[in-house]
Amino acid sequence: MNNTKPYAITLDVGGSLLNKTGSWRTERPVYLDRLPPCNNTCPAGENIQQWLYHAENGEYKEAWLEIMKNNPFPAVMGRVCYHSCEDACNRVHLDDPVGINSVERFLGDQALINRWKVEPGKSSGKKIMIVGAGMAGLACAYHLRLFGHDVTIFESSSKSGGMVRYGIPKYRMPNEKLNAEIHRIQDMGVTIELNTKIDDVIATKEKYGFDAVFLSIGAQNGNLIDIKSDQSIPSLIAIEILRGIEDDIATGLHGHVVVYGGGNTALDVARSAIRMGAKSVKVVVRKSQDKMPAHYEEINEALEEGVEVVPLRSISEIKKGQLILEKMKASDGKRPKATGKFESIEASVIVQALGQNVDESFLDNLTDLKLEDGVLEVDAHMMSAIEGVFAGGDMVPSERNVTVAIGHGKKAARNIDQWLQGKFQKPSKKHEIADHSMMNTWYYSDAPRTIRPMLDAVRRQSGFAEVVGDLDETNAAFEARRCMSCGNCFECDNCYGVCPDNAVIKLGAGKRFEFKYDYCKGCALCATECPCGAIKMEPELI
Amino acid sequence: MSHQQVKFYQTGTLTVGNRLLDAEERTVQATIDRSNSLDSGHRACQGCGEALGARYAIDSAMRATNNKLIAANSTGCLEVFTTPYPESSWTMPWIHSLFGNAAAIGTGVAAALKVKGKEDIRVVAQGGDGGTTDIGFGCLSGMFERNDDVLFLCYDNQGYMNTGVQRSSATPGGARTATTMPVGPEPGADFDKGKNVPLIAMAHEIPYVATASIDRLHDLEAKVTKAMSIRGARYIQIFVPCPLGWGSAPAQTVNLARMAVESGIWPLFEGENGEITSVTKIRKKVPVEEYLKPQRRFAHVVKNPETLSTVQEIADRNIRKFGLLEEQG
Repeated sequence: MNNTKPYAITLDVGGSLLNKTGSWRTERPVYLDRLPPCNNTCPAGENIQQWLYHAENGEYKEAWLEIMKNNPFPAVMGRVCYHSCEDACNRVHLDDPVGINSVERFLGDQALINRWKVEPGKSSGKKIMIVGAGMAGLACAYHLRLFGHDVTIFESSSKSGGMVRYGIPKYRMPNEKLNAEIHRIQDMGVTIELNTKIDDVIATKEKYGFDAVFLSIGAQNGNLIDIKSDQSIPSLIAIEILRGIEDDIATGLHGHVVVYGGGNTALDVARSAIRMGAKSVKVVVRKSQDKMPAHYEEINEALEEGVEVVPLRSISEIKKGQLILEKMKASDGKRPKATGKFESIEASVIVQALGQNVDESFLDNLTDLKLEDGVLEVDAHMMSAIEGVFAGGDMVPSERNVTVAIGHGKKAARNIDQWLQGKFQKPSKKHEIADHSMMNTWYYSDAPRTIRPMLDAVRRQSGFAEVVGDLDETNAAFEARRCMSCGNCFECDNCYGVCPDNAVIKLGAGKRFEFKYDYCKGCALCATECPCGAIKMEPELI
Repeated sequence: MSHQQVKFYQTGTLTVGNRLLDAEERTVQATIDRSNSLDSGHRACQGCGEALGARYAIDSAMRATNNKLIAANSTGCLEVFTTPYPESSWTMPWIHSLFGNAAAIGTGVAAALKVKGKEDIRVVAQGGDGGTTDIGFGCLSGMFERNDDVLFLCYDNQGYMNTGVQRSSATPGGARTATTMPVGPEPGADFDKGKNVPLIAMAHEIPYVATASIDRLHDLEAKVTKAMSIRGARYIQIFVPCPLGWGSAPAQTVNLARMAVESGIWPLFEGENGEITSVTKIRKKVPVEEYLKPQRRFAHVVKNPETLSTVQEIADRNIRKFGLLEEQG
């Protein structure tokens, strides 16, 4: 090499890459994945954001498969889930939450139309017994099949589906969708023995050589309170009426129907009564209307259909074909107080919808177990006091709804699988939750929510046709695209673009980005302009 | 509109890229093989708007000319931080001119290329607002008048930042600079002085004039691309916030550009042959305070309701004059 430089030049000519401006930095940007609030709140543990990500692109099968990793009932859940995910959705700060539930329903229906399937895992040779073919039992069976275990479900009723079939009326949950999703699980090799009540769990387990047991018998007995009565008005139990409607047995709902209770079951009965031609339907609630435990959508739909809510009343007596109601007074944060003032209303029949409890008779031959506060205690792995006997769904302490039951089924299946292998694994640590304040929402297009079509109120009053209609292929993708991908990179290229130092490397579609820390000056423009909050600034340790 | 905004696709065309858009609808900056004409290792401050604006504009011009581009660069921040002898961050043919004659150098290069029959090679001249609106103004006006085949890019950071933040004729009223201190009865830069060079350029009736901002990349790239599709004298003034001179956080650079556009302080428009042909509408209108507050140079303005309303009036006038708001249906 010739070391002689031209006149007056003392340094080699070169590009600026020799100048490592990364040394200026006091903070460094770091890519991270935060937990989106929808995923965080989903009782079934769905990766909602991930399946919306596929749906945004019209990749509906991939989206459906992503749901199926956690939940084998998208068509059911797209109808009956109370979608706490939407209540948590950060999009509410812009316009309306993403219609997650409607997209899920669309995907679930697409799967049924196109007969998409999930294959069971390689056979493990283990056999699991499940008691109760409700959502928890069916979900558990599905996940156990994914692990390759053999599953037999014993069900005392003549049909599977549990409370989704017997507790939720057809206008919310059409039977054919439920049947199709159950069949898909059966097609994976799950045996369901109907009309088979198990009186002795342990004896059955030993007789057939099952390796583990999952109990999910639900809470099927309606609570009944004593009301002073001259027997002039028949008093019925909500859960038995809903069961009767499903099995086409005369229910006795006619004339002026009064439902006592403010939960979802009460409203299901009230809305069914409207459809069966009742002259009037009143729902009597001890609490004020805004404190009713029923889901607000259910209350609104019931009101639209002509159900009347009578808040702050308790039924004190049935006398000469009249209901005597005592007026209640709301008090802050406490139960309403009796006022000693009364009024009477006309009633042909009264239906008590005051909660359900677990049938204790199943414990007769399980002396090691006992109920506490009406439910069966389980440990963090969903295992009862008997080794190898797990339990979930409405019979264990937790919120009682379909989504929780499906989550229990999955969690129990995973724990059963680990227990069979001899060791429970530690749960992985949760990521930090992606809060609205960590995001730059200016970038999201204005896009009002696609509201699913609703059967107009008059049509719904006369039949059990499904109330909430479907999204179609065009607006399902549109709705999915309203997802802001909170906390997780969706490759908008903003970090790659806004870096004044060209210190972000784009790795290509699906591979995200990397920082060139040799040149990054730590200005934080990438973190500030990241729409979804997937970049964090961390102090540089010097 | 200089580019068709795509809506309802998550972030539409508001972000740099978007996996849901067709490749040709995304920006040059979103491509993995962008030219990075202004490469890493330059010595601009953290969060420099000018470094960002220059890469945006030149990469886009490189794409439009199939990488056949020569740049003349006036003295100023952009030259100093990219090319401290013997290093350079430019990965394209680049000439350093004097402070005041980048336009004339551009003219000369274009003339030479014409003589040599190499008119497929295109020329840009670029500089800061000082080298454009003050010191280089004579050469610039001459280039316009002769309609020389040069695109002049002015990166407007509203002052002489490289030499210690002195006032230029692009410094806005009220702003604190080293030469317009916030003292006396009328603190900061005078409100009744300064030049609007984009409108002066239009008065020359040259083929193409535009204003752009680093917060609106699709718009900026569409304007540069359009400028490169035209022969003759063209002028684009790009709004580039300066954390050092404005007393703002480096992380706020893009946001300040956005607030300038959304408040009406920096109207985005295009003019052809002396006529305004399009304006970019405000997306979500904000009061000028949103723009002023994060900047120390306006701290005294924000505190004084009278001067604050004067600035708001300027923004409102721009909104009226250029029709920056969507028609209310």
